Amino acid sequence: MGGNFDGTVRQPAAFMTARIPSFTDFLTTYAPDLLPGFRGSLPGGLMLPGGTLPGGGPAGGGELVKNLPHATTIVAATCERGVVLAGDRRSTAGNMIAKRDVEKVFRSDEFSAMGIAGVASVGLEFVRLFQVELEHYEKMEGRSLSLEGKANRLATMIRGNIGGAMQGLAVVPLFVGYEEESGTGRIFSYDVAGGPYEEHRFHSIGSGSVFAKSSLKKLYHDDMQVQDAVLACVQALYDAADDDSATGGPDLTRRIFPVIATITEDGFRRVPDAESGEYAEQVVAGRMRSPDGPLAPLRTNR
Amino acid sequence: MPFYVSPEQAMRDKADYARKGVARSRSSVVLQYAGGILMVTPNASSVLHKISELYDRIAFAAVGRYNEYETLRKAGVTYADVTGYQFDRGDVTARGVANWYAQTLGGIATESIKPYEVEIVVAEVGAQPDADQIYRITWDGSVTDEPGFVAFGGQADQVAAQLKERFSDGMSLAEALGAALAALAAGSPAAPGGNGDQAGLTEAQLEVAILDRARAHRTFRRLRGARLEELLTESRDSDSGPADGPAAAEGAESAQGAESAQAAESAQAAEPAAQEEGSKPAPGASDEPPTGPAPGGVDGAPRL
Repeated sequence: MGGNFDGTVRQPAAFMTARIPSFTDFLTTYAPDLLPGFRGSLPGGLMLPGGTLPGGGPAGGGELVKNLPHATTIVAATCERGVVLAGDRRSTAGNMIAKRDVEKVFRSDEFSAMGIAGVASVGLEFVRLFQVELEHYEKMEGRSLSLEGKANRLATMIRGNIGGAMQGLAVVPLFVGYEEESGTGRIFSYDVAGGPYEEHRFHSIGSGSVFAKSSLKKLYHDDMQVQDAVLACVQALYDAADDDSATGGPDLTRRIFPVIATITEDGFRRVPDAESGEYAEQVVAGRMRSPDGPLAPLRTNR
Repeated sequence: MPFYVSPEQAMRDKADYARKGVARSRSSVVLQYAGGILMVTPNASSVLHKISELYDRIAFAAVGRYNEYETLRKAGVTYADVTGYQFDRGDVTARGVANWYAQTLGGIATESIKPYEVEIVVAEVGAQPDADQIYRITWDGSVTDEPGFVAFGGQADQVAAQLKERFSDGMSLAEALGAALAALAAGSPAAPGGNGDQAGLTEAQLEVAILDRARAHRTFRRLRGARLEELLTESRDSDSGPADGPAAAEGAESAQGAESAQAAESAQAAEPAAQEEGSKPAPGASDEPPTGPAPGGVDGAPRL
């Protein structure tokens, strides 16, 4: 690797030294400027401790940061021998819609996926870094990280951005994965200081999460089939969009539908747009007759 | 340094040392087949690999000292991952990786007292067969572009000669594996007669991997267990027929034609090496690696 533009030289020896097989740790010493969230020093020797934004503290940068595009609602639900992760397609900048076909659900490796809520740009960087992190470990060590290992690793990475989060550049992921040994899907949530917190059955993050979670609470039941869990997630996203202005509902005119991923023993699968459209149309057709969606029974029947 | 050693002498000694080390290793082969790139090496261990994934479409194969090529493998993975993260995944190329290895190995050969006793191959599978790339990098950082196939390690010359006869464009996976095994058998010191030695390499003694052109994202795949067993049976069935028949001769001829440009090129580069190699007893006959000063003087031109 050649030198930096500021004249300092990066040593190839850094590549050859025995080290812990973490890509993020390697970047922290080798090229901290490549890490998400303004960590380390910038060219010219300007130190930015704790992720201070150049040219302004909270007072100056507040408005700027608030108007950055934010990713909104993500839902996840476990199902029989798997887990489902889905996200709406809207990103919001202040009171404007920044983008109506954004993707917030990503494959992180063959048996895990993550969705992001918060500042979209930082979130996308985290996704990219986390994908490389998992693959790097796998190639270095010849085996995949355990699901807990992946979840813990993500926690450390999110915690590393706490300085940025304090400045308003907060990003929070929702991580799901399939555990091959037990044959079950698992969900992990985070806050800006890290985590992970294991969630059981279902969970939601982002601006519309309150509504989505309440919706799932009424629709979810244990050991759902994958298709049913997907439908429950699409219903929950519809309910979130119904009450939260920052969450986008299915756009039938432009054919923009939620991004849905399922992870089962067959690995990660992004539900194709056509199939996702069918789920969305099914939900919208139902809402034509019953705008508030399916009704849960009032009494617990035993 | 307690006394003076001329640079020529020092480099000659290093060259001898490194070559001896590499010559002690068993040969490996990397070759193209219709669906991608096949890599085969004898390896008794199923966990300490000689062939590994570097990046989406790039693989790494090595012979020599395990700790040294393992260091290089990890460095290559890091180089590829940093480059891909910094730019885009499509911006990581075998040529870039090979050049990085060449620079690194060249630096080590010049600056450190002990050179790395390794020989490595970096292969990339393209969208089309003509976009496939195979690079061989020797201990001193020399890089050669090897279109089609390459044999490297201990008895590389015999193995390459065999492989050249059997290689042809557009082979199936089983055919390519058959050619690889037959070529490896030719270099095996245990069975110089070449009779039945091919059957001697079982699934458990082989490390086989492919870069699968048809796969999206990560194309590297190890072949083992029942899948490899099946392929081995298939390759033996397909190989036993045409090995001595006219079809084989024809295949060899066409391969010869396709490789003539490369052969001429490499002959030009390593002519003295080839001459000297010819005057030596067949290395297959004994475990003793070829010794003596580098034929090209101090340049350390690769001869394996």
